[in-house]
Amino acid sequence: MSKQTRALKAAFPYTLPIFAGFWFLGLTYGVLMNVSGFSFIYPLLMSMLIYAGSMEFIAVDLLLSPFNPLQALLMTLMVNARHMFYGLSMLGPLKDIKQPKKTYLIFGMCDETFSINYSAEIPGDVDRGDFMFWVTLLNQLYWVSGATLGGIFGSFITFNTEGLDFAMTAMFIVIFLDNFLKEEDHTSSFTGLLLAVLALLIFGPDGFIIPAMLLILAALTLLRGRIESKEVAA
Amino acid sequence: MSLTQQVITIAMVVLGTVLTRFIPFILFPASRPVPKFITYLGKALPGAVFALLVVYSLRSVDVLSGSHGIPELLATVVTVALHLWKRQMLFSIAGGTVCYMLLVQLVF
Repeated sequence: MSKQTRALKAAFPYTLPIFAGFWFLGLTYGVLMNVSGFSFIYPLLMSMLIYAGSMEFIAVDLLLSPFNPLQALLMTLMVNARHMFYGLSMLGPLKDIKQPKKTYLIFGMCDETFSINYSAEIPGDVDRGDFMFWVTLLNQLYWVSGATLGGIFGSFITFNTEGLDFAMTAMFIVIFLDNFLKEEDHTSSFTGLLLAVLALLIFGPDGFIIPAMLLILAALTLLRGRIESKEVAA
Repeated sequence: MSLTQQVITIAMVVLGTVLTRFIPFILFPASRPVPKFITYLGKALPGAVFALLVVYSLRSVDVLSGSHGIPELLATVVTVALHLWKRQMLFSIAGGTVCYMLLVQLVF
């Protein structure tokens, strides 16, 4: 088996829940574009170039509203600010990855891809960079194909998949749990859970991400002594 | 909106997304040593970020109306229980998702 085949075989099972979730959400997004009067070219190009699910849904609204490019930029920076946390966490794991692979891995670092690439246990005979490349590429292929099919077939699609999107919620739960079981010190996990719920209760579902990030950043800064002393002890 | 305006709007969304993903790598290139505080954040953040993503993916659950978040709660418990039992990622996710689909389609 070639080096790439081994990496693909190791990566594929990790991406299956994303396939379920992305096809469902991607189809929904494509259908929404279709019924909003856009050709399938739009979801095809937007899912390829933007590749950030929630922002693509918001972009449908932006395209239907009066032209305001600055607002589009600021809105995107706010909605996607959480990506900066992924980047900070991936500085180490991506340090030795060669270009141009590294650029693509950063470009394609959505919530799901980051979670897998950061947490997956990669078999010893598989190259880490290849593994992360296949995870990133497969996930994007699922998203782009789902969005494009939704854009082509639009409102013809009727099937009872209600609740299928829970696959991605379940994946985040499992990744959180795996990380929780593995870590020596739970301060960060508990802090994140508590502050995210707190921010959600105060700011509501549409505006809690940025306050939650600031609270987490402040808390981890204050708790640095405690967390680092435990790391040394462990 | 004209086609040009549409292209500019989409380009702004692409630019914003790319910026949020590349900023940490631009600020802290691999060629220079990363400040200790940033290395600390890189190690300490994931636990909190995974927790944030769980809350984020459940953010639209309304405990005060509709099904009061009961299907989400039950499916979460099933997912966690299956995972503690078998530690097989796909098995836990499939079990939790099937449980959720049955609950929202047949019960609630």
